[in-house]
Amino acid sequence: MCRLALKSADDPFSPYEVLTAMEAMREGYDGSGLGLLLRGISFEDFNYKPNRPILSGIVQSEAALHRLNKFMEDRGFELRYDHEFDLDRRVLEVGDQYKYVIRVYRLPDDWSSKSEEEVENLLMHTRLDLRRDGEEHDGDLTVFSFWPDVMMIKEVGWPLQVGDGLSLHDGRIKARVVMAQGRQNTNYGINLYACHPFFIQGISTMTNGENTAFVPIRDWLLGLHKPGYQGYQSDSEVFTHILHYTLKELKLPLQAYKHIITPLKTEELEKHPSGDFLRGLRDSCRRLIIDGPNCVIGTLSDETCLMVMDHKKMRPGTVGGRPGCWAMASEMCGVESLVPDRDRSLDFQPMREHTVIIPPDRKELVIWSQFDPYPLAQAA
Amino acid sequence: MESIRSISVGPGSLTYTDFPWIIEHNEDRCVLCGKCAAVCPMESLELSYSRSRVPKLDILKKKRQSEYKVVVGIRQKTDTAHRCVGCGMCSMVCPNAAIGPRYNDNEHRTVFFADKKGDPYKRGGRKNQPGPTLLDRIVFDRISMLTDPALDAGRHEFYMNTVLGRVLPPEEFLRRKQSGEWIPPTREIFPFIIGGMSFGALSPNMWLGMLQGVAYCNEVLGIPVVMSTGEGGCPPWVLRSPYLKYLILQIASGYFGWDEIIRAIPEMVCDPCAIEIKYGQGAKPGDGGLLMGFKVSKLIARLRGVPQGVDLPSPPVHQTLYSIEESVGKMIQSLSTLFGFRVPVYPKISATTSAKAVLNNLVRNPFASGLCIDGLDAGTGAAYNVSMDAMGHPIASNIRECYLELCKQGRQNEIPLFAAGGVGKNGNITQNGMALIMLGASGIHVGRYIMQAAAGCLGNEKNRCNICNIGLCPKGITSQNPKLYRRLDPDQVAERVVEVFLSIRTEMKKIMAPLGRSQSLPVGMSDALGIADAEVAKRLQIKYVC
Ligand code: SF4
Ligand code: SF4
Repeated sequence: MCRLALKSADDPFSPYEVLTAMEAMREGYDGSGLGLLLRGISFEDFNYKPNRPILSGIVQSEAALHRLNKFMEDRGFELRYDHEFDLDRRVLEVGDQYKYVIRVYRLPDDWSSKSEEEVENLLMHTRLDLRRDGEEHDGDLTVFSFWPDVMMIKEVGWPLQVGDGLSLHDGRIKARVVMAQGRQNTNYGINLYACHPFFIQGISTMTNGENTAFVPIRDWLLGLHKPGYQGYQSDSEVFTHILHYTLKELKLPLQAYKHIITPLKTEELEKHPSGDFLRGLRDSCRRLIIDGPNCVIGTLSDETCLMVMDHKKMRPGTVGGRPGCWAMASEMCGVESLVPDRDRSLDFQPMREHTVIIPPDRKELVIWSQFDPYPLAQAA
Repeated sequence: MESIRSISVGPGSLTYTDFPWIIEHNEDRCVLCGKCAAVCPMESLELSYSRSRVPKLDILKKKRQSEYKVVVGIRQKTDTAHRCVGCGMCSMVCPNAAIGPRYNDNEHRTVFFADKKGDPYKRGGRKNQPGPTLLDRIVFDRISMLTDPALDAGRHEFYMNTVLGRVLPPEEFLRRKQSGEWIPPTREIFPFIIGGMSFGALSPNMWLGMLQGVAYCNEVLGIPVVMSTGEGGCPPWVLRSPYLKYLILQIASGYFGWDEIIRAIPEMVCDPCAIEIKYGQGAKPGDGGLLMGFKVSKLIARLRGVPQGVDLPSPPVHQTLYSIEESVGKMIQSLSTLFGFRVPVYPKISATTSAKAVLNNLVRNPFASGLCIDGLDAGTGAAYNVSMDAMGHPIASNIRECYLELCKQGRQNEIPLFAAGGVGKNGNITQNGMALIMLGASGIHVGRYIMQAAAGCLGNEKNRCNICNIGLCPKGITSQNPKLYRRLDPDQVAERVVEVFLSIRTEMKKIMAPLGRSQSLPVGMSDALGIADAEVAKRLQIKYVC
């Protein structure tokens, strides 16, 4: 079972904190990989402006690095910052990665006239083109994300060991939101793209457990022929794309996510104030119903964080914290380690109907229930 | 002694060993009660007597002589009209286990004489091909156990219903909802549907029993089972009852029964579940329905608006319409209009190589609500033997092809596919059905299995019984003769229907739990399927396992 931990705080903190929480949850876990996502980033040696896109990935050879440089230059991206990790290769299980890429770019000049949506699409296409380029060259270039104020690190091995190898404790990188998944190798091969969190256009989720409805969901998403909906090397990757589809394609509020992945039963909808609409939504999104003992944790571009359980709720996640600092984890001890100075009696384990939201202002938790009225005009 | 020339042995003469079923009668045990002859639907048995010589040897008198005595017993008739069909009713009623049919595994010659009066052999039932079907050989091998244990079939909550009706793509649904436009109607139903067996093909008692069972499943157990009427309408009182919502009204090319339906519309207290337009039957593509005159009783004649006792063949196509495209365009739309766009309307076709083309037409028709595809193993009440044995397309690859076509277009939840044809032929109803669902069907139509499991139909794939066509069903399931159908108690049928659906539901859980599925029906979950046949695996795009 994978381990999940997320911390969201007003004051930027080191991602290493989240890795130590992962260590607290290490019992019964095989530590086969780490995935990290950071938002609200600040670098010690660079004054980062949050509108600049950050490219994160791994380059396996000098040739690949040259290709990357050329690719970005050709498209008019200007390199502003290239983070060099203080690598300790003896600690890393995979010692031979050529370079962990965290680079800040300036957008091409001619993009300033483009709409926000166009820019978002171009950023995604840039990432997809780079990914394809890497795949065409024996996987010597792996790109996890290319988006403003987001950086991702993925590596095989024990989470804390990876953190030590990359010297994440040195305080050179800090963030307001850090999401980490300790990967347990399960049904698919060890593949960096199969490692959570998954990312598409500012939206990111991670999951534990196994998604048994993967194939029908994947088939349906692929059938949409949307550019970002591809790859699918992990059974949980579709959760991220469903969230993306809900928010960006259907332009529905965050609350709709839960109604799509785990719709209420017919008897429940009959009594629901927006039952008629929600039943229609359930029917048309029927292929996106998830099935598996999963806890889904995610974050959005505005630093909103969320946690939902699948219907069966066999792997309950926990949320806790205090105004200004919140944590979500797949085990209670993870929250304990991330925000020790909180009122424990206010810790919350979402039931199958809940969506727990940490809003960007981090003042208080929002616990939204599927039985509550649906918040939009569509329901009328 | 009689001269040999005076005994008539013509070209069509047969001995009882030439028949597919031979009656074995044990004269020592027989008490001559005559029950067997009374129950035999084929009148294959006759009481006969013969004079028999009893040799007598008186040793003391050193004299041989014979005595003659008259023996009364049971004889098998040897004309094809009275052939024994192996139903076994005689052994069911015999108090002394003195009689029963035995399958004749020698070459039986009746096949050569089946075309009496120039009419080829017709029968009910299914393709006579025993042995495991392709569906029987599919295994479910994706057992959830790595990060998560399989679910508990007994304790978890399972959601097993399916949707009948056109489902809009999410974007389109939201757009229409916002602008207040028409949203196509859908129904949430149990994925195993009682397929179209008409009122006429089935006896009133059978029909009533099924309807009672279906109503009980819905109203007492909360299992939303529905049934299709088949061609021929349904009893007028049902049209005006709240049970109508559990019925899929079928309109076929003979339009039989539709006068009654149209007349009843203003008095309907609820909408029917759906309307099924039949274009083809899997067991006899190129034939429409065929209700033989034996079964057109007074009641059936009234319901269908025809004279009593005439054969009722439906044409194989809708005569007023030129092509399937036109049918789809006109009939679906006019029937939707008829029911105020509140009732899903979908066609039923026989599985053919053109199923995909039909499907693509439906996808573009905004009023089409689904597609039912009937494979060649489907059952029928009456068909020419040659149609049943040699015409049609198997269901598994047909449904898979259609599903994959929808996947390619990203529309697999929009037009639900329903599969029929030989599901549960060997009794593995849930396994067969779930295999079809994982291949891409949204639901399954079952006919013959219901007759067998819920009413004790005796037919099998070795041509046992299969006389549904001539109205002599020994159990009274498919007979319109009150003497025969009074044998069937509707209440008992209802009870069995309920038992069958309860068992299917339990078995579905036993399949879904180890796959880790409980929240939605595993439609298209092809990663769970395997088969020990590389060619089939390749064709169905599932795993090859051995
Ligand atoms: S098996 Fe059926 S058809 Fe044959 S003799 Fe017995 S009752 Fe008649
Ligand atoms: S039912 Fe049995 S005992 Fe009665 S006549 Fe027939 S064979 Fe003889």
